[in-house]
Amino acid sequence: MKESKDIDQTLNHLFRHESGKMVSVLVKIFGTENFEMAEDVVQDALVSALETWKFRGIPDNPRAWLYRTARNKAIDVIRKNKHNQAIDFSDPAKQLLTSEYTLTATMNNYWEENQIQDDFLAMMYASCDPKISEENQITFILKSLCGFSTKEVARSFLTSEETISKRLYRTKEYFRKNKIKPTIPSDEEIESRTHTVLNSIYLLFNEGYSATHSKELVREDLISQALHLCNSLLGNKKTNTSEAKALMALMCFHTARSKSRLSSKGELVQLSKQDRSTWNKELIQAGRWYLHRAGLGSTYSNYHIEAAIAFQHCDAPTYEETNWGAILAYYDMLLSISNDPIVALNRCLVILELNGPKLALNAITELENIEVLKNYYLYHASLGAIKERMKENVQAVSHYKKAIDLTQSVQEQKFLQERITSILFKYGP
Amino acid sequence: MNQYLFIIRGGEDMSTKSPEEMQAHMKDWEVWMGGLAQEGKLVAGEPLHNEAKTLTERGTKVTDRPLAEGKELVGGYLLVNANSLDEAASLAGGCPGFERDCSIEVREIAKM
Repeated sequence: MKESKDIDQTLNHLFRHESGKMVSVLVKIFGTENFEMAEDVVQDALVSALETWKFRGIPDNPRAWLYRTARNKAIDVIRKNKHNQAIDFSDPAKQLLTSEYTLTATMNNYWEENQIQDDFLAMMYASCDPKISEENQITFILKSLCGFSTKEVARSFLTSEETISKRLYRTKEYFRKNKIKPTIPSDEEIESRTHTVLNSIYLLFNEGYSATHSKELVREDLISQALHLCNSLLGNKKTNTSEAKALMALMCFHTARSKSRLSSKGELVQLSKQDRSTWNKELIQAGRWYLHRAGLGSTYSNYHIEAAIAFQHCDAPTYEETNWGAILAYYDMLLSISNDPIVALNRCLVILELNGPKLALNAITELENIEVLKNYYLYHASLGAIKERMKENVQAVSHYKKAIDLTQSVQEQKFLQERITSILFKYGP
Repeated sequence: MNQYLFIIRGGEDMSTKSPEEMQAHMKDWEVWMGGLAQEGKLVAGEPLHNEAKTLTERGTKVTDRPLAEGKELVGGYLLVNANSLDEAASLAGGCPGFERDCSIEVREIAKM
């Protein structure tokens, strides 16, 4: 029994990391119009691995075994489809797949180690085509590049399998209709295209980092996939932009603290109450390394500043010793790049720590007419926190209650309910 | 543009070669045929097994071997585009099979 569990684990890990690469290579061979064909081959290879390894044990190099199996299955698919119109062999390089003289040698060329990583990156850029909606981008990435099943993707986004299937279908249709050939963008385009890819990676990360998932496994899986994808970008000279490094830094700092954000019961723990000794020092160190390399030079992105803020939190020995002044300056920088109401809202909480509730109230009052904030639970939670500091308890409780009504997250609701309880306990109703 | 058939005959018995030798040899074929494909000359082509059944005497007699054997044994074919028999022959000149004792007969496809 133990051995079969080992195989499942090895396979699961292997599949998360290799399936996307295999799909990318196979899509290059079969064409994006045959995406399912590529996915089927990978699926078949996995099933073969599972069946064979259960009898014979895990081979010395499971990755090579999986790749060889996928390659052989791809050869079978080519032979089967040689004379129908399913695969476009008109490209001279692909024409060689149609003759037995050259099929194997040509197929082997597609599986050259140094090319696989580039194909994977090219597929990432294709999945993050700016014409594909964000939710379709991240759905497609999880399914096709991270080896998630439709069910796992649905669970990740707290939606139905049917919705996920529809999203996947739309992306595949887009590829088919536009005959997309995945490539790493040219030097002129690389910055802006990478920006879109990073946006998707960060969305994935936040899906894992936010407390919407009660299952720790789901959260960790999403976070590690986001780190893996970003790391792939950093591994290539063309794609390791300064923005990519900054995002990596930011995700490292967040991940370092992720375990202390939830109690053993799955309840949210405020930053001020988190046990800082549990923060992962290696990840903080890695974050510093990436942030240093990202540079805060003449051009910087939101990720640079967000990483700088996250670093201030990681660097403070206690909550009280946090350098709120520096953090406020970073928030002002963020707002000068884009006037994001959520950033403006968070800035008020920094003012609360730095200058006290009166100035924080002034700052948040300036935001009261912003439409998106009116039904945003954190706006009301923040107002509650400011009022609580001012000991205006009745108002604080009413703001917290409003916040509870506006959030779906059970953890957030619990957390807010506790704030209310503690006010009532301290001061009575 | 006409089409020409390369009838490839003879050649060493590759089944006795090591996998590395075999792989290197097939790489040469890939380079040669890749060149033809790049120029738009390649139409199709396949190697053939040695095993055969030969039907003679109005199809009434079946022999369990190829009609011609040894140097005369047909080992494969290519179909190519070319403007003339001379051009087709010069294209055939690059075939890596010559290093393995092959011969190539170049024939124009007859338009009937």
